[in-house]
Amino acid sequence: MLTIEDLHVNIGDKKVLEGVNLKINEGETFILFGPNGSGKTSLLMALMGFTGYKVTKGKILFKGKDITDAPMYERARLGIGMSFQRPPTIHGLRTRHLVKMCARNGVVNPDLLAEMVNMTDFLDRDINSGFSGGEIKRSELLQLMAQQPELVLFDEPESGVDMENMQLVGKIARNVLDGNFDLNPDLSLKERKERTKTAGLIITHTGYILDYVNADRGQVLYKGHLCCEGRPRDILDHIREHGYQECVRCMN
Amino acid sequence: MSKVDLSEYKFNGLEQESISDLNTLSNEDKDQLLMAGVVVDQSMRSASYLQMDHSAVHCQSSDEGVEIMDIKDALKKYDGLKDYFWTLVDKDKDEYTRAANDNLHGGYFIRVKAGAKIEDPIQSCLMLKSEQVGQNVHNLVIVEEEAEAHIITGCSVAHGTKGGAHLGISEFFVKKNASLTFTMVHNWGERVAVRPRSSGVVEEGGKFLSNYVLMKPVKDLQMYPTITMNGPHSVARFNSVIVASKGSHLDMGNRVIMNAPHTRCEIIARTISSGGTIINRGHIGAHHVPSKGHLECQGLILGEGRIWAIPELDGSLEGVELSHEASVGKIAQEEIEYLMARGMDEDEATSTIVRGFLNTDIMGLPSRLQKAIDKQIEELQMSDGM
Repeated sequence: MLTIEDLHVNIGDKKVLEGVNLKINEGETFILFGPNGSGKTSLLMALMGFTGYKVTKGKILFKGKDITDAPMYERARLGIGMSFQRPPTIHGLRTRHLVKMCARNGVVNPDLLAEMVNMTDFLDRDINSGFSGGEIKRSELLQLMAQQPELVLFDEPESGVDMENMQLVGKIARNVLDGNFDLNPDLSLKERKERTKTAGLIITHTGYILDYVNADRGQVLYKGHLCCEGRPRDILDHIREHGYQECVRCMN
Repeated sequence: MSKVDLSEYKFNGLEQESISDLNTLSNEDKDQLLMAGVVVDQSMRSASYLQMDHSAVHCQSSDEGVEIMDIKDALKKYDGLKDYFWTLVDKDKDEYTRAANDNLHGGYFIRVKAGAKIEDPIQSCLMLKSEQVGQNVHNLVIVEEEAEAHIITGCSVAHGTKGGAHLGISEFFVKKNASLTFTMVHNWGERVAVRPRSSGVVEEGGKFLSNYVLMKPVKDLQMYPTITMNGPHSVARFNSVIVASKGSHLDMGNRVIMNAPHTRCEIIARTISSGGTIINRGHIGAHHVPSKGHLECQGLILGEGRIWAIPELDGSLEGVELSHEASVGKIAQEEIEYLMARGMDEDEATSTIVRGFLNTDIMGLPSRLQKAIDKQIEELQMSDGM
C-alpha cells in the first residue's frame, strides 16, 4: 500500500532523512521508534506533503501511485490521513463543521461519532480552541473517523495525554485501525462490510499505545536512517534496556 | 482623515411620502433592507422606524414598552429633550455635526420604558433613496431603568442608488440596570460617504452590547463611537466584523471610558482588507479600580490592501487591568495545511478559514439576519471582492 524508496528529505539546507526505505502493507500497523530529532516526525510530514519538507531524492508510492510531488489534498483524497500533534486553532470554524467536511462522501453523523470519542460538548466549539492534550487527540481521531483514510499517520498518540485519557485514545485508535465503528446507522450492512481495515504508521516514544493497538511490525529511525526491524514489543523492550546504543552499533 | 465635500450632495428638497405598510416597497428595496437586517414582516419586530432621504416615512410600535418616533416630533413632545439632545456629542465638533444641527432631516427617537423587557428586536433603517442625497439624522436611544431591548439598525442605499452622504448623530442612554444590545449593519454603496458621530453613557449595573457588521463596499466611512461607563458594575462589549474591498476607505473603531469601579469592557474587531484601507482604532481608558478591559484587533490582508491597527490603552491608576492583542497578516499557512490534510484544496481551505474569521455566531442575531450575513459572505467569496 505504501512504498518508500530511498527517500531523502531536507528542511532548508539540513538533511533530515537520508535514504529511507519502507513498505507498509494493506491493513498493517507499523510502529516507528527513535530518539528525539531522529527524523520520525519529518518522515510523517514528508509523507503527508507539508511545505518545508523537501524531497531531494527517492520516491513515495501510495496504492501504486507516485505521490512524491502530489499536493497534500490529493494525498488526503487518495486515502492518507494524519493525526496532528499540535493542530492550529481556527477561529469560527466549529468542530462539527470540520468533521462534516472531512467526510468528503457526505455520509457522516457528527453527533454519533462525537459520542464515541466523548467529544459531544466540543462539536459546537471552535476547532482546537482551548483543547487539552487528550481533547486534541480525541478531536483528531474524530476527524479521522469521518475521513476514513486507508493509511493513518499518527505522531505520538500518547503525548500530552493523561493515563485515564490514554485508555480512551488507545481504544479509539484501535477502532479506527480496525474500522470498527459505525459511521452512520443508516448505512446498509453491505456498505459497512465493504470497509476494510486501515493501515497505520505510528510514532511512539513510550510505547503505551502498544497496549491498545495490534501492531504488526516496527523499526527504529536513527539519525535519518531506518534500522533494527522487528516485532514492536521486542524493539520496545530492547530500547528500554539498552537505549538506542544498539542501533548505533547495528548501523556501523 | 480624508475629506468629504458636502457641497457635492443635496441636503434640501428630497422629502419622501410616508409608507404605512413596508410591504409596499419594491422587492429590490426589500432585499436591500434585509441585507441591512431590516425585515418588512413586522410580526417579528416590536417596533420599526424607516427614514428615507429627508423624511421619516414609517414609524410604528406594537409593544407598549417601546416609544418610537421621528426625533423632530420627540423634540416637540418633550420640550427639546434638554437632558439628552446634544448632551453627549458636541454639536460644534466638526462640519458634519454642525450640518446635522443646522438642517435636521430626522432620525429615530427610541425610549424603552422602565422595567420593560422587549422580546422582539426594535428595528430602524436609515436609507438613501435619491442619487447624491445628503442625509442629516440625529438618533436618540433611552433605555430606562431595569429595561432590556435589542435594536437592529440597518443603514442602506436603495436599489440602484450609488452615491450619497449620510451624517448621523447618535446618543445612547443606558440607565441603571438596563441592557441594550445594539446591532448595526451597514449596506452602503461604492460612492457613499458616511460620517456617524456617536456617544453613549451607561449607568450603574447597565449593559451596552454592540454588534457591527460591514461587508459591502463604501467609499469613505469614518466613525469612532465613545461609550462612557459612568456607573459601577456596568459592562460594555463590542464585536465588529468588517470587510473592506477595493475602493473602500474605513477609519473606524470604538472608544470606552471606564469611569467607575467594578467595570468591565471588551472590544473585538475582526477585519479583512481585500483591496481597501482599514484604519482600526481602539481605545480603553480606565480611571477607577477594579476595572478590566480587553481590546482585540485581528486583521487579515487578502491579496492587496492596508490595515492599520491602532490599539490604545490608558490606565491612570494602580490596579487597572487592561490588555490588548493585535495582529495584521495573512492566513496562516499552518491553518491552510491543516485543512488540506483533510482533503480540501487550497481554495476550499482558504474560504473555510475566511468564513470562520467572519463568523458572527457570537452576536446571537435573529436567524433571518444571520442568513443575510451568511449570504453576503458567500457573495463576497464568489465575486472578486475577496
